[in-house]
Amino acid sequence: MINASLKQLAAALAEKRISAVELATLFLDRIERLNPALNAFITIDREKTLAQARAVDVSGKLGAGDTAQRSLLAGIPLAHKDIFCTEGWRTTCGSKMLANFVSPYDAHVVEKLAAAGMVTLGKLNMDEFAMGSSNETSYFGAVKNPWDRARVPGGSSGGSAAAIAARLAPAVTGTDTGGSIRQPAALCGLTGLKPTYGVVSRYGMIAFASSLDQAGPMAKSAEDCALLLTAMAGFDSRDSTSLERPAEDYSRELEKPLSGLKIGLPKEFFGEGMEPDVRAAVDAALAEYRKLGATTVEVSLPNSALSVPAYYVIAPAEASSNLSRFDGVRYGYRAPEYSDLADMYSKTRAQGFGAEVKRRILIGSYVLSHGYYDAYYLQAQKIRRLIAADFSAAFGECDVIMGPTAPSVAFAFGAKSADPVQMYLSDIYTISTNLAGLPGMSLPCGFGQGGLPVGLQIIGRWFDEARMLNAAHQYQRVTDWHTRLPEGVQ
Amino acid sequence: MSLTPNDVARIALLSRIELSPAEAETTRGQLIGILGFIEQLQAVDTTGIEPLAHAVDVVQRLRPDQVTESDRREAFQALAPDVENGLYLVPKVIE
Amino acid sequence: MKSWEVVIGLETHAQLRTRSKIFSGSSVAFGAEPNRQASAVDIALPGVLPVLNREAVLCAIKFGLAVNGNIAPRSVFARKNYFYPDLPKGYQISQFELPVVSGGGLAIRLGQGDEMREKLVHLTRAHLEEDAGKSLHEDFHGKTGIDLNRAGTPLLEIVSEPEMRSSAEAVAYAKALHALVQWIGICDGNMQEGSFRCDANVSVRPLGQKEFGTRREIKNLNSFRFMQQAIDFEVQWQINEIEEGRAIRQATVLFDPDSGETRAMRSKEDAHDYRYFPDPDLLPLEITPGWIEEVRAALPELPQAMKARFEADYGLSAYDAATLTASRGMADYFSRTVDVAGRERAKLCANWVINDVRRFMTGGTRDDVGEPVASEVRDGTPGRDAIRVSAESLARLIARITDGTISNAGAKKAFVELWTGPQLDVDEVINRLGLKQMNDGGALEKIIDEVLAANAKSVEEYRAGKEKAFNALVGQVMKASKGKANPQQVGELLKKKLGG
Repeated sequence: MINASLKQLAAALAEKRISAVELATLFLDRIERLNPALNAFITIDREKTLAQARAVDVSGKLGAGDTAQRSLLAGIPLAHKDIFCTEGWRTTCGSKMLANFVSPYDAHVVEKLAAAGMVTLGKLNMDEFAMGSSNETSYFGAVKNPWDRARVPGGSSGGSAAAIAARLAPAVTGTDTGGSIRQPAALCGLTGLKPTYGVVSRYGMIAFASSLDQAGPMAKSAEDCALLLTAMAGFDSRDSTSLERPAEDYSRELEKPLSGLKIGLPKEFFGEGMEPDVRAAVDAALAEYRKLGATTVEVSLPNSALSVPAYYVIAPAEASSNLSRFDGVRYGYRAPEYSDLADMYSKTRAQGFGAEVKRRILIGSYVLSHGYYDAYYLQAQKIRRLIAADFSAAFGECDVIMGPTAPSVAFAFGAKSADPVQMYLSDIYTISTNLAGLPGMSLPCGFGQGGLPVGLQIIGRWFDEARMLNAAHQYQRVTDWHTRLPEGVQ
Repeated sequence: MSLTPNDVARIALLSRIELSPAEAETTRGQLIGILGFIEQLQAVDTTGIEPLAHAVDVVQRLRPDQVTESDRREAFQALAPDVENGLYLVPKVIE
Repeated sequence: MKSWEVVIGLETHAQLRTRSKIFSGSSVAFGAEPNRQASAVDIALPGVLPVLNREAVLCAIKFGLAVNGNIAPRSVFARKNYFYPDLPKGYQISQFELPVVSGGGLAIRLGQGDEMREKLVHLTRAHLEEDAGKSLHEDFHGKTGIDLNRAGTPLLEIVSEPEMRSSAEAVAYAKALHALVQWIGICDGNMQEGSFRCDANVSVRPLGQKEFGTRREIKNLNSFRFMQQAIDFEVQWQINEIEEGRAIRQATVLFDPDSGETRAMRSKEDAHDYRYFPDPDLLPLEITPGWIEEVRAALPELPQAMKARFEADYGLSAYDAATLTASRGMADYFSRTVDVAGRERAKLCANWVINDVRRFMTGGTRDDVGEPVASEVRDGTPGRDAIRVSAESLARLIARITDGTISNAGAKKAFVELWTGPQLDVDEVINRLGLKQMNDGGALEKIIDEVLAANAKSVEEYRAGKEKAFNALVGQVMKASKGKANPQQVGELLKKKLGG
């Protein structure tokens, strides 16, 4: 059951081979058993989960009711990254600042998946305020990579990735600002998708960098991700950046053959920086694609080297402002002792935020401050346009772009935490898609050093999620990387 | 890249983040590293390039002028560290 | 001793007349219990997002058209970052580099009667932004209480060029702006409730100097009287400082109405660095030419145009026309009076409205420098509360003067009764007070004969050429008729009798 696809779970539920309560219990028991070693979950609440499962069992959604009420995902358990506000659940964003914050409302994504009948298993660990690529910045302690507990799971959606890899949940949500879905998906050997900016509502998703943040699904396979994305996506009037587009079935193109697919390989992604083990796995995957009928063509993204520095201007700038609301007045942490208002603010924020968050706030304040705005922020926004234009040009020659998701397999705890810039460079292949607003995904394509998973990245044209999923699914039909399990998980 | 202790103090004040003298010095070193890294942007000629704030080129949607929110003061103030008579309390503000 | 020139620019915050807030669906109704109109968006819960209210944009377009400014086809919302407990997000959503309206101007009037002159004050810009909450400093065990009901209320910040040269000009500008925003229906103008408040940037410079002096900004002037007092004090203070050899330092100051003094604020100590940048939660605001034309077509006649029409069509003086168009309520009232009374009586209507109606408007809205304002009330009907005699009644009263039914003096008495008494019909009031003039020739002749008989001396004097004696005789006849005689008719009959 823990290796079953969402479709298989749906069939078992519809045919009453298992109830939603039984399925939730199965995963809750696994979480109880395996989570202490992995630290993937920040909050679990058995009572709440089972109450929700019971409600789904008696609803018409499982197949007893009329077709209109039925939902394929009904009764399937799911866990949310702790960045999504979930009414009645503690929502911490991985921070001491919100360690006791019980959200009074649901994020749009949470609402939509609950409306589809999915059952919330709990809240997943993450880098504090999604700022990190290793999960080491979480106030609740780092998540361990299920493939090697001495190594990072990636970040910021590290808890989400570990939960899927260890089969603690069949489906999870993640968010991706610079690679936070794709990089941990690569490092933990699962499939994750960051949609085009604006496809999934950001309402109720605690903001890191508003113009880059996008929520997406993480699961065992592209087929599962397609089902989840179909349920998560959609217009939301409460988010000004949510796009008014007709609803899409992201599974619609899964079975299309790949003959004729033109895959662009950016030469900048295949140069220095990529570890040989990653390169070998990616090359083998591309060979597989050619066997499936696709052709590959070299393309160029000449400004991609600038994506990391541009990102580290834009994201901290937006974050410095987005995180100003955490001031100890209306909710969240307040320092126990202070002399006056200014002191309360400075102590509350000094104590409530961790080191990486504070660093980024300071960088953001600096690049926006008087006299530096044009040189840093405005310049970064101009380079952002150059980066987006690079992709437009490249997509003139290909249908999808492929390359590595991360330059190396999962690294050891502490390996990069002393040097922020080294850590930032772990997102070198993922960041440019956020700057351009493009959809991107990562899927397992083999194993590298130490038997650790390697991720293949697929980048699509704007709104081309269905085609990306098609490409990933066809690959997963002929490979079994995505079905491999770390030791000790069964 | 130069960043003086005064610069660090100024942005820490703007950010309302208290830094001990030791933290300020460590932070200064890290910020110099990060700012040095992003400095490479300066070398790019962006003459004539319009800044891009959002990747997707759409305009602001407008909401009809309707009252859609109801009073949830009790639920919201249950989250607050210090409230009285429906007001959020903070240390005395001097104007 | 040098002569000094005063330089004043005004930044005005007009609360826009919407139902809901600028970025959330909370009510903006005044007077709710603290924080009962503070939604998740208004208190800036984690994860919430702003969505722009269409009506607020519409108000900005109306204003842009009314001041003949440029309406930006594309404008941008920016974040102004600073920490303050009544600013829940730690930034205010405002507009910075690309405001919705730029340029334009406002005509202000200075002086009275024939001395009146007009001056055009140019506007720099007008932009949309959200209001902050309120800090209540009354004692909560030595703490400050925060009410966020006002947070997110839509404001139009209107910034003038520094073109005012005295407190009187600043007040005239503020009044003209106050009248205009109500005229076009975008602001209720309620200064007590803070719907219209001004910040004044004040500096002085030696007469003839080109460069501006260092300015200080007087915050939150919510009355015209305080504005006048605050600017006068500030100007004198700055002149004294400079004359005593001290330089003016840029500062934000508050006016204390009790002491009549301004003092620098202590809380804004750190160098202002608002770190403005485009709000990534909002997209560019697009206003199409089609939308602008639609708004233009629905805009009421503007005060300047109406004033010109009153001068041209009714032959009113510039001052009278300006007085009648000082507020939308007054102008509408006058227009309706003329519609009923007939345009040949427009001049008379103007005199009545300017002299009598305005004099009686004590119970209604009156701004605090003593100028009566026939303001529009919230339901959009012109000041029925303020003006207690309807335009229709005034028109009928004026008709009764011109048709000879009552004298001017009688009409004034009737007007008092109409204003203060139970709401009666004009003719009923005339009857009840017995104001009808004696238009019956026979009865009048009898009275005249009696008066002539009893005042032989005056008759003699008149015949000897003393004009004064004639007036005395008219007075005697009026007295004998108990004021009901038509003075014109009395004069004619007397002349006939004395001449005959």
